[in-house]
Amino acid sequence: MLNYILRRVALIVPTIIGISLCAFFFVRVLPGDPILAMAGQHGVTPERYEILREQFGYNLPIWQQYFNYLGSVLQGNFGISLATKRPVLTEFMTLFPATIELALVAMIFAVVVGIPAGIFAAVKRGSWFDQVTMGIALTGYSMPIFWWGLLLIIFFSGYLGWTPVSGRIALTFFLRPITGFMLIDTLLYGNWAAFVSALRHLILPAVVLGTIPLAVIARQTRSAMLEVLGEDYVRTARAKGLSPRRVVNVHALRNALIPVITTIGLQVGLLLGGAILTETIFSWPGIGKWMIDSISKRDYVVVQSGLLLIALIVMAVNLLVDVLYAVINPRIRVK
Amino acid sequence: MSQIQATPTPIKASTGAGFREFWHYFAVNRGAVIGLVVFTLLVLIAIFAPLLAPHSPDQQYRDAILTPPIWDAMGDPRFLLGTDPVGRDMLSRLIHGARYSLFIGLFVVVGALFVGVILGVLAGYFGGWVDAMVMRVMDIILAFPSLLLALVLVAILGPGLFNAMVAIAIVLQPHFARLVRAAVMAEKNREYVMAAKLSGASHIRLMLVTILPNCLGPLIVQATLSFSNAILDAAALGFLGMGAQPPTPEWGTMLATAREFILRAPWVVTFPGLAILITVLAINLIGDGLRDALDPKLKRS
Repeated sequence: MLNYILRRVALIVPTIIGISLCAFFFVRVLPGDPILAMAGQHGVTPERYEILREQFGYNLPIWQQYFNYLGSVLQGNFGISLATKRPVLTEFMTLFPATIELALVAMIFAVVVGIPAGIFAAVKRGSWFDQVTMGIALTGYSMPIFWWGLLLIIFFSGYLGWTPVSGRIALTFFLRPITGFMLIDTLLYGNWAAFVSALRHLILPAVVLGTIPLAVIARQTRSAMLEVLGEDYVRTARAKGLSPRRVVNVHALRNALIPVITTIGLQVGLLLGGAILTETIFSWPGIGKWMIDSISKRDYVVVQSGLLLIALIVMAVNLLVDVLYAVINPRIRVK
Repeated sequence: MSQIQATPTPIKASTGAGFREFWHYFAVNRGAVIGLVVFTLLVLIAIFAPLLAPHSPDQQYRDAILTPPIWDAMGDPRFLLGTDPVGRDMLSRLIHGARYSLFIGLFVVVGALFVGVILGVLAGYFGGWVDAMVMRVMDIILAFPSLLLALVLVAILGPGLFNAMVAIAIVLQPHFARLVRAAVMAEKNREYVMAAKLSGASHIRLMLVTILPNCLGPLIVQATLSFSNAILDAAALGFLGMGAQPPTPEWGTMLATAREFILRAPWVVTFPGLAILITVLAINLIGDGLRDALDPKLKRS
């Protein structure tokens, strides 16, 4: 097992180096000059420009700049944002919990609704429930989520007035973050009204972000379940006279869930991509909105290090999923 | 000699039969047929857009700004689906938008397919360091969330429809490369390839003529999926202001400019999104049907 994990880690080292190269050079070829961007509207004198160039190392050969960047990243220094003059890592750490909270709730929503829907659809194959569920799932899978978010805002915020339009919590509450997770923090403070406010802010974005994963999980669960229900051991279990419920819940489900877990893991990258759109629509202060804002503000340092951090997270999660998969399914380890 | 000349006939007959068999499995899936009908209609709408659209997509009727659709009491019979914030006819813009979305899908799929197939065939056929190199590059592309990578690429290339299409094609092609590589690796040691090799076929012939046609099934399914993904991603980029630029009647871009009116004039937001959803849904329905018809493993179940 340890052997397998080590082999997997060794395999991603060249990929990580490649990612850092991409993040660095992508941002270097972005049009515009980082020093002029830093100076803002006031501009700089030519002398000051040269001093700044030297100070930030932009006068060095590009390769040396890359190695300097890599060196400081390895020491945990991801640079200083041009726009806010704060360390990129600090900004990332303050905003990341908001994205995690949103993504986690979206994923829980997708799993809690998607897996039972998929199971029922498979068990009642061909019924109207199956057809309607799979029709909805395919529609969800085809959904432009930025439009879906706007529709939900029109209906729930505009027409019914049930939910707020944007943000994480009503501005009347000011709580110093403890964990950064609004739902947990408000409970830790024992502020029930704030908790309700945070929850009301979270529902729509979580539904929007969870829609595509929900559709994927429901479809995947159904087809995995159908495959397993046709297996000999399920037939044996039925022939033994076990109740249909026990056959489905114990014999079939456990085996059907293996591919579903992989699917859930693979959704993480998509979830981070979806977070860009969801956070933009709902003005959710997470890393998706941060990246979009930084791209449009041409904040090179943030785009560069943000890309690197996000790619590393996606890779770490994929590795975790692979290892988890090997734990559940021993056959994979020998390969 | 006569034997060799006779060979083409049975091949032709078998492809005809193959198509009939394929159509048999495809037509069983009602959703897939509906998808195909809707998609055909969309293609016709796109082709005949200037004839079908009641107004020019850019004509601004300053006397009729934000007119609601015709079923609303405030509706104007001139504008079936109402007008946008500068008084342009929604229906005409939507009809012209079909051209952009379908063209985006086509361009991206052809581009991603072309590059992905070449890289995948090279990696799978030669193996070794070629394979390692190509696949590491694909891993790197796949490590970034695709929309984020597309956004950064567009920021580098400059916002605009063409650059958005190029960025999306780059982001989508690793899926083709991986698929083709796996299929080529599975096929290359089969006997028919051996036979072709022994009869002196060149590398290029082996790769493109002998092996590739046998990997076609999964490729077609992936191409359909990428077609709908390309339309969604391009609309998302347009929505974020990085894709087609106003006043282009691209559906995502239309949504971006309509955003501030969501509560005052819901129709300017509802229809472009609905158009995207219908198009993508139709293509995904076709994709499901293709997968069921082309995947021999699922056929029996």
